[in-house]
Amino acid sequence: MGCVMRLIPMGGKNMTQKPILSIADMSIVFSSPDEADIEAVRQVDLTLTPGKTLALVGESGCGKSVTARAVLRLLDKNALIQRGSITFEPKGEKPVDIAKLKQDSLPLRAIRGNQISMIFQEPMSSLSPVHTIGDQIDEMMTIHEGLKPKQARERTVALLDQVGIPGARERADAYPFQLSGGLRQRAMIAMALACKPQVLIADEPTTALDVTTQAQILDLLRQLQADFGMAMLFITHDLGVVAEIADEVAVMYLGDVVEQGSVFDVFAAPKHPYTQALMSSIPKMARKADRVRLSPIKGTVPAPKDRPEGCAFTSRCPHAFEPCPTIRPARTDLGNGHHARCHLLTRVPVEEPA
Amino acid sequence: MSTLLSVQNLSKHYTLSGGLFGAERRLDALTDINLEVEAGETLAIVGESGCGKTTLGRCIIQAQPSSAGKVVYHPKSGGDVELTALNKRQIKPWRQDIRMIFQDPMSSLNPNMRVFDIVAEPLRIHKICKGRELEDRVIGTLAKVGIPAEAVGRYPHAFSGGQRQRIGIARALVLDPKLVIADEAVSALDVSIQAQVLNLLEDLKAEFGLTYIFISHDLGVVNYIADRVVAMYLGHVVENAPTEMLFERPRHPYTELLLEALPIADPTRRKGRKAEVRGEIPYLGNRPVGCPFHTRCRYAQDVCRAEKPALRPINGTAQEAACHFAEELDLKGAYDDAPAREFA
Amino acid sequence: MAVETMTDIPVSTPIKRAKRESQTALMWRRFKRHRLALVSLWIVALFYLIAILAEFLAPHDPGAYSARYTYAPPQGLQLFSTDENGGWRFFPHVNGYSTEVDREAMRRIFVVDPEIEIPVQFLAPSDPYLLAGVIPMSVKLIGVTEARAPFYILGADRLGRDLLSRLIHGTRISLSIGLAGVTLSLFFGIIIGGFAGYYGGWFDSAVMRVIEFIRSMPTIPLWLGLAAAMPKDWSALQTYFAITIILSLIGWTELARVVRGRFLSLRTEDFVTAAQLDGASDWRIITRHMVPSFMSHIIAAATLAIPGMILAETALSFLGLGLQAPIVSWGTLLQDAQNIRTLASAPWLLAPGVCVVIIILSMNFFGDGLRDAADPHGR
Repeated sequence: MGCVMRLIPMGGKNMTQKPILSIADMSIVFSSPDEADIEAVRQVDLTLTPGKTLALVGESGCGKSVTARAVLRLLDKNALIQRGSITFEPKGEKPVDIAKLKQDSLPLRAIRGNQISMIFQEPMSSLSPVHTIGDQIDEMMTIHEGLKPKQARERTVALLDQVGIPGARERADAYPFQLSGGLRQRAMIAMALACKPQVLIADEPTTALDVTTQAQILDLLRQLQADFGMAMLFITHDLGVVAEIADEVAVMYLGDVVEQGSVFDVFAAPKHPYTQALMSSIPKMARKADRVRLSPIKGTVPAPKDRPEGCAFTSRCPHAFEPCPTIRPARTDLGNGHHARCHLLTRVPVEEPA
Repeated sequence: MSTLLSVQNLSKHYTLSGGLFGAERRLDALTDINLEVEAGETLAIVGESGCGKTTLGRCIIQAQPSSAGKVVYHPKSGGDVELTALNKRQIKPWRQDIRMIFQDPMSSLNPNMRVFDIVAEPLRIHKICKGRELEDRVIGTLAKVGIPAEAVGRYPHAFSGGQRQRIGIARALVLDPKLVIADEAVSALDVSIQAQVLNLLEDLKAEFGLTYIFISHDLGVVNYIADRVVAMYLGHVVENAPTEMLFERPRHPYTELLLEALPIADPTRRKGRKAEVRGEIPYLGNRPVGCPFHTRCRYAQDVCRAEKPALRPINGTAQEAACHFAEELDLKGAYDDAPAREFA
Repeated sequence: MAVETMTDIPVSTPIKRAKRESQTALMWRRFKRHRLALVSLWIVALFYLIAILAEFLAPHDPGAYSARYTYAPPQGLQLFSTDENGGWRFFPHVNGYSTEVDREAMRRIFVVDPEIEIPVQFLAPSDPYLLAGVIPMSVKLIGVTEARAPFYILGADRLGRDLLSRLIHGTRISLSIGLAGVTLSLFFGIIIGGFAGYYGGWFDSAVMRVIEFIRSMPTIPLWLGLAAAMPKDWSALQTYFAITIILSLIGWTELARVVRGRFLSLRTEDFVTAAQLDGASDWRIITRHMVPSFMSHIIAAATLAIPGMILAETALSFLGLGLQAPIVSWGTLLQDAQNIRTLASAPWLLAPGVCVVIIILSMNFFGDGLRDAADPHGR
């Protein structure tokens, strides 16, 4: 299967665009010989739309990376997608349920790196140290699209230029270790875009970078999204980065998506106590006079095996009441695609959620 | 306020051997650093990775020898102690006064020692107390940082990252120090835990009258916790100013760049295209002539490429910057007109 | 990576036993998962037990010869015998020999004769001896009741000496020489490698060059030379120690490298810097903070070095350059198995070779298991 060559028209203004990837009711279970099974991701619903960025945000261990890896089926052998579906519906093609595809089957490999590609936190782990970056990108094109080496190199140089690598023609002959961290990250992005994917998964791509380089990479990703019109799933722990790049945001806590919606709605009026607490945990950029003491979330994230039956946040939530430890809150629709899982939202409205 | 510590013309360079027959090369990590730390303040040192902020911290605490210059400590008892001139034995008593908190909560605690012994180690080395008294002091300090007494018999791997960082803080505080150097002490922690540790550091400062040197790359955190900020670039101090002045109106283009690049957790204040944030930190080995920042500076003139600007007070204020055009440039700060929103 | 790092434990939750363990306990738990290594550990322990209890376990003195029974084949040990009625009874015994003459070779050969039953006694009284050179005893695990009866469970050698007894005493020499060699290597390795790794600089470079020089020399000729330089009139004990030293002359280099490497990587660890900033002395840092952190690695490396030592001793002795005749080691025993004709008529003389293979394999598996368990990334 070749790369899909046509560009998807920019979907920025079109609000009713069809989703290209929908994760529905997905649960992922890890099994280990010594301990009980752990449901690392439980009943997650996410949708990606062409030209839009969905940020998946949460603290370490919340399952955000596991969710992203599941889309490309890059999970370890002891992880099982126990329920739910991952429907990939490229333009003009039949929908495929990635969750049902066989590991390392031909259809899966045709999607991986071609229609859906991924960039990582550490570029050195996905670039081969013994080949030049040009050769590595050429290879993607010759394999997936059957281009001749000459043509491939032309495209590679154009692509490197597009991701902002200065002196692209010469740099194509550089080995990854000869590049700085920012340039390596750009080279990896170029490689991920070699086949014009329709979905790009970015797993903490800026976490290891300096703020200045991070700003450049975020800019680049935004620019490329405008050019290529791909959908992006952006994983991060940094709410600042989310605010910069995302159209929609999903907040994860201990395997649950506790709140999701448009980035403006969620940041303006977070409905889940965890989202609220997360937001008041980051220092505001304010003058000394307006300075408020941080109000952190009490305690630490419990181990997955100690997760309460009901809402995972119960043990740290300042508003927890009777149903929280035992009954799992339902996904409540708050309008305009804003959802949250919290009992406070369905409680007979005596008092507002603080 | 009195000066607690002064750094005078401190330089540090490494010599890279060029292999068996290659020529030796010099790598300047710190060039002619001057700064004073006032008793009771929180001084932040900021900059991109490789700017020398960690090296500076390590040279101040004498974890690394410096190549030139002095670090002078002014204890309450009076007198000046030139730390850089002392040998290992002479410096030992002063190690009680100046302590360090490390970035990585995993590698900074000895995995083979119980938490109790980790925190007791400095007391034992300095032969301050033993037996019952030692026990009380260790457990008391751990309680202050929020580690309960029943957990002191455990090994570090039984704790979460945030708890390990608390143990590291307890180790620093158990000697009743005056100055604590925190090297990226909250960078490796999740936001909710980071907030806990920041609050803890503040409370401890108030309780024990501590002075902090807070080394960080996160300007959001720095704005929150610091009284004064030192911005470093390629081993130089480029700006040194009270926090609010620096964030209100930076006087060095590099500081402006850092503030510009800082993501703000508010989509309504999204900065959009940051064409100005360009270039990357050059390799330390081939440092530019003239102003170290001129290769990335959008305001650079010919004089910047030829002449190195000195750090000087701007318009007679407490704000110091090393830029030829510090007075003329109208640089953008980080406090936007948008009001801080409340999530109550 | 299984689940993302989910190590957070709130202080309030009861901490499981597993979480309280020390590093050593953690290592042991990981080691136990390694089946083969665990079995090997038992085999190695068994061999060392045999070495310690050699005098008690060996039915004969290893030097006691009997011209009457040269190349007597293995008798095997039987615990039961059939009586006239075809019933079984407990009667530990060995079978005697009958003599035949091989017409072609014109020599006497022994055949195990099932008709002759020589009773065998457990915990049989014997001449007084000192167990491991200290405990006076006068009882052996096993012995024949009639003093003059032949008793060769594993057969006899050219001089009619009991192979089993010699094998058991050889185990003591061969295993102890491995252990002594490694201990000596470890001593030099830790001191030299430790200094090189902790202080670095010119001393480190010099040590590394010396190590490279030593390791670049072919070992067999080196050993040959050193062994040939040993005065012939040295006593057995002197030769034993000389061989140990020769073996560790090479052996220390590998261990010194491991130690140096660990020191180098630990020196930059934050907890070592923290100890320095606590004002700890170098000695305290090394003994309290650094050595405990890599002791497990060193033990693993040392375990993996023992088989090399044993093999080297065996090889040297087999070539006639190591331990000499009155001392019994697996190597000197194998010297008897050098010629093919002897092997054809007395294949049981290869038994020491089997022991070598078993112990080398076990030590290697055991060492691998230890190494994997000591490696924190293997978790």
